[in-house]
Amino acid sequence: MGGDTKGFAADAAGGRASSAPLMGRESEPTLFELSQPGRRAWSLRTTGVPEWTPEELVPRAHLRAEPVEVAEVSERDLVAHFTRLSHRQYAVDVGAYPLGSCTMKYNPKLCDAVAGLPGLTGAHPAAPASLVPGWLELLVALEEALCEVTGMAAATLQPAAGAAGELTGLMLMRAWHEAGDGSRRRRVIIPDSAHGTNPASVALGGYEVTTVASDARGCVDVTALEAVLDETVAGIMLTNPNTLGLFEEDIASIAAAVHEVGGLLYYDGANLNAILGVARPGDMGFDIVHMNLHKTFATPHGGGEPGAGPVAVSERLAPFLPGPRPVRQPGRGGDGDGGERFGWEMPTRSIGRVHSWHGNAVVLARAYAYILANGGDGLRRVADAAVLNANWLRQRLRGSYDIPYDRPNMHELVVSAANLKRRSGVKALDVAKRLLEEGFHSPTVYFPLTVEEALMIEPTETESPQTLEALAHALEVIAAEALGDDPGPAKEAPRTTPVSRVDEARAARQLVPTWDARP
Amino acid sequence: MREPVGHYVPHTDAEIDAMLAALGLSTVDELFAAVPQALRLAGGLDLPPGLSEPDVLARLEELAARNQVSGRDLVCFAGAGAYDHEVPAVTRSLAGRAEFVTAYTPYQAEVAQGVLQALFEFQTMVARLAGVGVANASLYDGASATVEAVNLATSSSGRPSVWISQGVHPHWRQVVTTFAAGEGRDVVEIPLEDGLTAWPDARNGVGAVVAAYPNYLGCLEDLARARRVADDAGAPLVVAFDPVAAGLLRSPGSWGADVVVGEGQAFGTTLNFGGPYLGLFACTEEHVRRLPGRLVGQTVDTEGRTSYVTTLRTREQDIRRERASSNVCTNQTLMAVTAAIQLGWLGTSGLNEVALRCARGARYCRQALLAIEGVEPLVSAPVLREFAIRAPVEGEVLVERLAEEGFLAGVPLGPGLEASGCDGGLLVAVTERRTRDEIDAFAAAFEKAVR
Repeated sequence: MGGDTKGFAADAAGGRASSAPLMGRESEPTLFELSQPGRRAWSLRTTGVPEWTPEELVPRAHLRAEPVEVAEVSERDLVAHFTRLSHRQYAVDVGAYPLGSCTMKYNPKLCDAVAGLPGLTGAHPAAPASLVPGWLELLVALEEALCEVTGMAAATLQPAAGAAGELTGLMLMRAWHEAGDGSRRRRVIIPDSAHGTNPASVALGGYEVTTVASDARGCVDVTALEAVLDETVAGIMLTNPNTLGLFEEDIASIAAAVHEVGGLLYYDGANLNAILGVARPGDMGFDIVHMNLHKTFATPHGGGEPGAGPVAVSERLAPFLPGPRPVRQPGRGGDGDGGERFGWEMPTRSIGRVHSWHGNAVVLARAYAYILANGGDGLRRVADAAVLNANWLRQRLRGSYDIPYDRPNMHELVVSAANLKRRSGVKALDVAKRLLEEGFHSPTVYFPLTVEEALMIEPTETESPQTLEALAHALEVIAAEALGDDPGPAKEAPRTTPVSRVDEARAARQLVPTWDARP
Repeated sequence: MREPVGHYVPHTDAEIDAMLAALGLSTVDELFAAVPQALRLAGGLDLPPGLSEPDVLARLEELAARNQVSGRDLVCFAGAGAYDHEVPAVTRSLAGRAEFVTAYTPYQAEVAQGVLQALFEFQTMVARLAGVGVANASLYDGASATVEAVNLATSSSGRPSVWISQGVHPHWRQVVTTFAAGEGRDVVEIPLEDGLTAWPDARNGVGAVVAAYPNYLGCLEDLARARRVADDAGAPLVVAFDPVAAGLLRSPGSWGADVVVGEGQAFGTTLNFGGPYLGLFACTEEHVRRLPGRLVGQTVDTEGRTSYVTTLRTREQDIRRERASSNVCTNQTLMAVTAAIQLGWLGTSGLNEVALRCARGARYCRQALLAIEGVEPLVSAPVLREFAIRAPVEGEVLVERLAEEGFLAGVPLGPGLEASGCDGGLLVAVTERRTRDEIDAFAAAFEKAVR
C-alpha cells in the first residue's frame, strides 16, 4: 500500500500528541487542543439496564440540546498530558519547600496507604452509625489525641481548612457571648503580624478588627493591648509562636488581661509544629484552638489542599461546638475495641453544621496515622528538630541577610532583604525567584507585613542538616552575587524553570480564566 | 534494634549535637528557653509511644475492616450529594502523582505550571457545565460553595435577606444558617410542594434566591419560575446543580442563573465518608470581582510563552484582609485536578453517557420498587437520577434491614424537610455502576424488607 501518510495535523497539538518533550521545559497544549472529535478514553460497566433514549427520560423543556463539550482524548494521551503537567510542578517529594508559615514537611507514604484503604474510602457519609463503627472510633480517637496535644477539652473535626476553622472559632466566640452578655461586644483584637485570614474571618464573623502593634522584641505590646481592652472586646486571635517565629513570652499575662474583660482567646494553630509536646495552648489560657492538620500533622497539601482545620475548645465552650459530633457511647457493649459503642451526638447549644458531612474524613485518617506513628515521644522530637533547624539557619544566615529580630526563634525565622535592596536593587522577590534556579522552592515573601522585604523561612524537621547547608549556601551565593558586579541574575531569574517570570499584571488586566475566554 | 523515635526526622544524634554546639547549646530543651517554665508541659504528651509503620497500618486496617462499605460489603443505592460513580485506574493513578499530591498552593507560578494549567482546564470544564462565563479553582464542598454564593449574591444586591429552597441539600442549608449568624443574614427556607419549590410572590427586600437543580428529592425544578422570582425581587439567582445530571440537562446558566454551585465529588473522588469532596463555584462575568477563592488566569512569561498564574489576587484575604468578601485561602486543589482528569477521561461522550446511564438505572429501579405493594412515590414531579419513595416501613428501618441483605438502600428523609412533607421517606440514587442484576436483587430484598 502506498497511501498518503500525511494529513494528521500534529501541529494542532503543538506538534505532538504523545511524544516525549524535554522534562518539564516544553509548554504543554491544553486538553482542549489535544482533543480529536470521536476519540474516547472511558469504559463503563455493562449493566443490562433498558436503553431508554434521553427523550424518553427527560422532559423536553429540561433536555440539553447539545452535549457539554469537554475534550475528546485517548487514555494514552490523557496520561501523557497530565504526566507532562506534573513535570512542570515543584513539590515536597521533589525537594525542600521552606515556605514560612506553611510547614511544608515530608508527607509519609504510610499515610497514602491509609488514605487508600477501601474500608475507609468506600464508606457513604449518610450510612447509619451501626455500619461505620471503625470510622467513628477513628474520629473519636483522633479528637482525643488532638485535645491532648492542644490541652483542650473537646473538638470538632468538621472544618475543611484552617480558614474554615477560624470562621468556626469566631462563630463559637459569638455564640458564647450571645449566651452571656454579648450585645456590647463587637471587636476582635489581632496583632499587626497576623495572617490575612484572621482579619477576613473576623469580618465574616460579624466583628470589627482592632489591630494591636508589636513591640521592639517582635511580640504583642502588652501595654498597647491593655489600652484597647474593654468590655466591647469579644476576644483576641493570636498565633504562638507568632509569625516572626517568636514565642509570645507574655502569653499568661495577655490571657489574664483578656479574660479580665470577659474576652476569649483564640489560638491560630498555623505554628503548632514548634511546640508539640513542649507547651499547649490550653495551658497558656486559650479558649479556642484551630489546627492545620495539613501543616502540623503532615497531610499532603495537594497543590492547594484538601486540608483539615479541626477546632478544639475548653470545657465551657464544648456545648457550642458544631455537630453532630462522633462520640463514645460507653457501657452498652458493642462493636468497638473495648466493647464500646460509637454514635453521633448534637451538642446541646451547637452553632450548627460547618461542613456538608463530617469534615475531610480521609485527611483526618491520614493525620491519625501520623500521630500513631510518631506517638507522644515522636511528636516532641518533631518540635525539637523543627526548632533546631530554624535556629541553625538563623545563625548561619546572619552574615548575609539582616535578621530584624535576632534572638532564639522557634520553628521559623524571618530575614530581611531591605539592605540588599538598598545596596544592589535586588528585592526579596528577586531572591525568591533566583532561589528557584538553585533547586529550592522559595520562602514566603513579603510576610509578615511588619518586616520590610521579608523572607520567611520554615525549614521543618524533615530536612536534613545537609539540605539546610545547601539552602544556606544558595542564599549566601545569591546575596554575594547581588552585591558583586552584577545583580542581573537575580532580577532576571528564574531562567531554568519551566517558564520565566509570568506577567501577573496582564493576567489581571486581560482576564482569561477559561479556554473559551481567550481573545 | 529499637524503632527510632520520630520516623520522619532524619537527623542522627551526632548531627543534633553538632548543630546544638554551633548554637552554643548543649541540650534541645535549651532551644525552648523562651517558653516560660510554668507553661512547659511536664512529662510530655499523654499519648502512647510511636508505633512502627506496619503496626500503624495494621491498626488502621483493623478499623477499616469494621466498616461496611460500598463495593466490598454493600451495593450502594445511597446518594444525596455523595455518589458511587466509576473511578477508573487511570484517574487514581494520575491524581496520585506525588507532584500534584505534595505541592503547595501555586504561589511561585514559575514552578507550579502543572497545577495551574490543570486548574485552568478544570475552570474551563466547570464553566461549560454550569453554562456561565467563569469558574473558580474550587471551594471545600457543596455547602461551602453555597455559603460563598449567598455571600456574593447578598453583597451584590446589598440586601442580607435570603430565600433558599428546601430543595437545596438540608446540610448545605444548615451550613448557610450557621454562618449567616456572623453577618446578621436572614435566611428564609421555602418549602416544597409535591417535590417542587412553592415560591411565594417575591417581595422587595430579598437579596438572594437559591434553588437546586435537580433538587434534593431528585426533582427537576422549574428554573424559569425561580428566575422570575429573582427578577421580581431584583436579586441574583443562585442554582445548586448536580454536575453529573448536567450531562443531560440544560445548564443552570441557560436558565439565567447568576451563580452556579455544586458538589464535584462525582468526578473522580470516592465516597470518602464525606470528605475530602469538591466545592464547585461558577458565575457570570459580571460578578467576577466578587468571586471567592482562587482563580487561575492565562498569561505569558517574559519570553512570551503561554503561562498560568493565580489572578485577581486583590480580591483575596491576604491582601484585602478585613475588607475581603471571603476568608478562603487554600481550597481543594487536588480534588479539582482529579475532576479535570476524570472529565478528560469521560470526555464529551462519556459525560453524556454517565448521565444517561444514571437516568436509565434510576427509571428501571424506580419502576421495580414502585411495583412492590405499599411502595409509593413521595412526590409526582419529574426526576432524573435520584428519587424519593414512601414505603410501609420508615426509611431508617429500611436502611438497617437492607444492610443485612448487602444493600445500602438510600438516605432516609425527614430532617430539614419537615415542612415539605417527607418524613419517613427514602431517597434512592442509581449511578452508572448499578447493573440490572443488582437492581433486580435490590428490589427483591426491598420487597421482603417492607413486609
